Amino acid sequence: MFPTPDISHLNSADYQYVYEPAEDSFLLMDALEKDLQSLKSARPSVCLEIGCGSGIVSTFLAQMLGPDSFYLCTDINPKALEITRNTGQQNSVLLNPVLTDLASSLADRLENKIDVLLFNPPYVVTPSEEVGSSGIEAAWAGGVNGREVLDRLLPDVHRLLSSQGVFYLVIIKENKQGDIEAIMSKYQLEMTVVMSRRSGPEHLSVLKFTRNNP
Amino acid sequence: MKLLTHNMLTSNIIKGVTKGFPLKIAASEVKVSEVDFNPEFIARMIPKMEWSALCQAAESIGQLGDLPKELAPEYESDEEFLKKAHHVLLEVEVKEGELICPESGRKFTIRNGIPNMLLNEEEVAK
Repeated sequence: MFPTPDISHLNSADYQYVYEPAEDSFLLMDALEKDLQSLKSARPSVCLEIGCGSGIVSTFLAQMLGPDSFYLCTDINPKALEITRNTGQQNSVLLNPVLTDLASSLADRLENKIDVLLFNPPYVVTPSEEVGSSGIEAAWAGGVNGREVLDRLLPDVHRLLSSQGVFYLVIIKENKQGDIEAIMSKYQLEMTVVMSRRSGPEHLSVLKFTRNNP
Repeated sequence: MKLLTHNMLTSNIIKGVTKGFPLKIAASEVKVSEVDFNPEFIARMIPKMEWSALCQAAESIGQLGDLPKELAPEYESDEEFLKKAHHVLLEVEVKEGELICPESGRKFTIRNGIPNMLLNEEEVAK
C-alpha cells in the first residue's frame, strides 16, 4: 500500500487555480496501484500525464515506479504546472512540466515512446462554450457528453504509446464508455475497466488501453 | 526546463511548420543543480534522445563540457560517460529564456523553468 502523496504544501488559495484532488484523482491512483506489478514489470522509461493539475497522480506514479523513469506532465494552466513541480519536490520525485495543449508539442518526438500515459480529463458535461479556458474551469468543463477535450486526444493515443505502452483514462458514465471503446478499437487499442467507484452523483471508472497488436 | 525535456519538444504544432526541431534556446537564466545519478535511467534514455540536438542545445548555453558529440559503442557500460550525460540531461535547467522555432522564428517563453508551448488559435496546425 502506497500512501497518498504529501500535499500539505497546498492550501485553499492554490485550489482556486488548480483542481483539488478528489475522488476521481484517488480512483486513478488506486487503479495504478492495483496494476503496480504489471506496470513495474514492463519497466517503463517515459511516462506522461496530460492535465496533471496538482501533480498528485504523477507524483504517486513516480513514487511507485521510482527514478528509472522520466515523468513528463502537461497542463494548459500555468499555475498547475508550478504546483505540480512543487508537489513532486515535496515528495522527492522529479516531475518535468510543460505548458502545452494535451501532448501537442511533445507528440512528434514522443511518437511510440510513451510507456505510461495518464489522463484524468475534464469530463463534466457542460455547455460547449465552457470548454477551452485555461483557468480552473478547464479542469472539469468537458462540453457535450463531457467528451470534447478527450475526443481531441483519443485519435492520437495509438501514435503516442510504445509497443507495450498503456493508457489510463478516468471517465464518468455520461462520457459513454462503449463509444470510447469502439473508437479506440479502430486504432487496435483494447480496453479494460480497471476500477469503478460511485462518488455522490458520479459513476467513475478508470479505463486502461493497450495495443492488441504490440 | 531540463535539456532532456528540451530534446522532446518541437514546434511542429505551428501551422506550416514541419521542421520544428530542435528548438533554439535563448537562455537568460540557467541553473545547475545536483540530481541523483541513476546510470540505468541514463542508459535507457539515451537511445530516445536526438544526441546531436542535445549537444547543440547544451553547447548553446555553455554547458556542453566534454560530453562527446558522438556516441561511442558500448556507452551503456561507460560510467564516466553516463555521468557526463546525466549532468547535461538532468542537472542543467533553463529557468528563464525563450525557445525559438528554427523554421518560423516564433518564440516560446520559458518562465520559472516551464516552457510555454501554447499557441494562439490562428497559429494552430489543423
